[in-house]
Amino acid sequence: MDESLLRALTPTVLGILGRRGADFAAAEDAVQDALVEAVRVWPDDPPRDPQGWLVTVAWRKFLDAARADTSRRHREVRVDGEPVPGPAEVADDTLRLYFLCAHPALTPASAVALTLRAVGGLTTRQIARAYLVPEVTMAQRISRAKRTVSGIRFNQPGDVATVLRVLYLVFNEGYSGDVDLAGEAIRLTRQLAAKIDHEEVAGLLALMLLHHARRPARTGPDGRLVPLAEQDRGRWNTRLIAEGVDVLQAALTRDRLGEFQAQAAVAALHADARTAAETDWVQIVEWYDELVRLTGSPVARLNRAVAVGEAEGPRAGLAALAELDPSLPRHTAVAAYLHERDGDPVTAARLYAEAARSAPNLPERDHLTRQAARLNVQLRS
Amino acid sequence: MAKYLLLKHYRGALASANDVPMDQWTPEEVSAHVQYMRDFAARLEGTGEFVDSQALSPEGTFVRYDGEGRPPVTDGPFAETKDLIAGWMVIDVETYERALELAGELSAAPGAGGKPIHEWLEVRPFLGAHSTCITE
Repeated sequence: MDESLLRALTPTVLGILGRRGADFAAAEDAVQDALVEAVRVWPDDPPRDPQGWLVTVAWRKFLDAARADTSRRHREVRVDGEPVPGPAEVADDTLRLYFLCAHPALTPASAVALTLRAVGGLTTRQIARAYLVPEVTMAQRISRAKRTVSGIRFNQPGDVATVLRVLYLVFNEGYSGDVDLAGEAIRLTRQLAAKIDHEEVAGLLALMLLHHARRPARTGPDGRLVPLAEQDRGRWNTRLIAEGVDVLQAALTRDRLGEFQAQAAVAALHADARTAAETDWVQIVEWYDELVRLTGSPVARLNRAVAVGEAEGPRAGLAALAELDPSLPRHTAVAAYLHERDGDPVTAARLYAEAARSAPNLPERDHLTRQAARLNVQLRS
Repeated sequence: MAKYLLLKHYRGALASANDVPMDQWTPEEVSAHVQYMRDFAARLEGTGEFVDSQALSPEGTFVRYDGEGRPPVTDGPFAETKDLIAGWMVIDVETYERALELAGELSAAPGAGGKPIHEWLEVRPFLGAHSTCITE
């Protein structure tokens, strides 16, 4: 069964229920029930009109729930019968859903979960597995999120930056469980880019495509992390790179630079180098300067120090690093790398071992331990 | 079936026989160790005995309640704390003997020189949430 079709239809069906008068929370529950039923029924009995099928079933689920709800409250049953068919889908339904699910009143984790379910059409179980939490926990997080946004008018326009932040979070979660969240983030961003003409939406899409293109080369066969300089560039996905570069170039011509375009520009420069040695680090430093100017982000400054180390030599990199807070995540790992390049393997080995102890995840810890081990072997011989 | 926690310590367990800090191994030995742990977990998934496995950062903070309307007190990490947990694996197995057998295998993960670490792991049975029907 084509699960991607189901996911693509989800926001449309939700929008149609909304225009028939269902409130967001109830409509979303009904659509989720219809999706679960579709997964059960479609493989043996595929519908001729998948969208029509989903609308019919979701509307029936909505009516059932509304009736159960009203009779529970001993009220007169007023909801009945087949509805008048809603008007054809307008692009804005889906767009409004993006904004609602990324509403600033929601915590980032709630916004992510709600977006994946209501816009992405994932089941609660899939989302729970992807984030390694029990299904009940995820179900509660989603229903609390829906309560939070229930008072917000469905048609309020929002700030596109909040939507982009949510999609970026989904993308960075990568791949765990049976759902490829990075791929899902790309699909949702692509869909958003088709509906809204905004240079930073394009910038984020380009960034995702360019990063995703490198994914096959980023881990070795044994699951280990392969750093950019050591990646087999023949395994980069050239189709995704070409698309990412096109999207980015179109965005940059509008001359309204933002953080995602700047990050995508760095990724494009890496993608453009046939070997690590051919990387245009001078230009990369310039883009990091822009990024620091736009965001002031300490992470951007740290990445800039690495780029300076490549463009102007490790001493310059270490000087740039010295201006930053040493408690920044990955600060020690960067220092280790620059000291090694500066010809000081003793300090580098010590710093790599120290960085391994504070690594934020296991692949990074293993990678940094291996770097320390490599230098210590050299030092012993 | 009964669940057991296999607990790995940064500090607090007896020293292993092959007690060399990991950054003093060769990179190949580090990789072999990581691969052994992955294979071990995958094999237990295959036998239907794997429940969960997590590693913990060595950095931690002690926290306690400090009374109504006051923020919690934080302290530490304490360098002198005897026990520092590094991570765990939870298994669901038929017998206690099986739990010991698996802990023994996990402790045989290769270390420096490609030889088993002989690391001491702590095996702790879970207390069940409800009693069985035949206790009377």
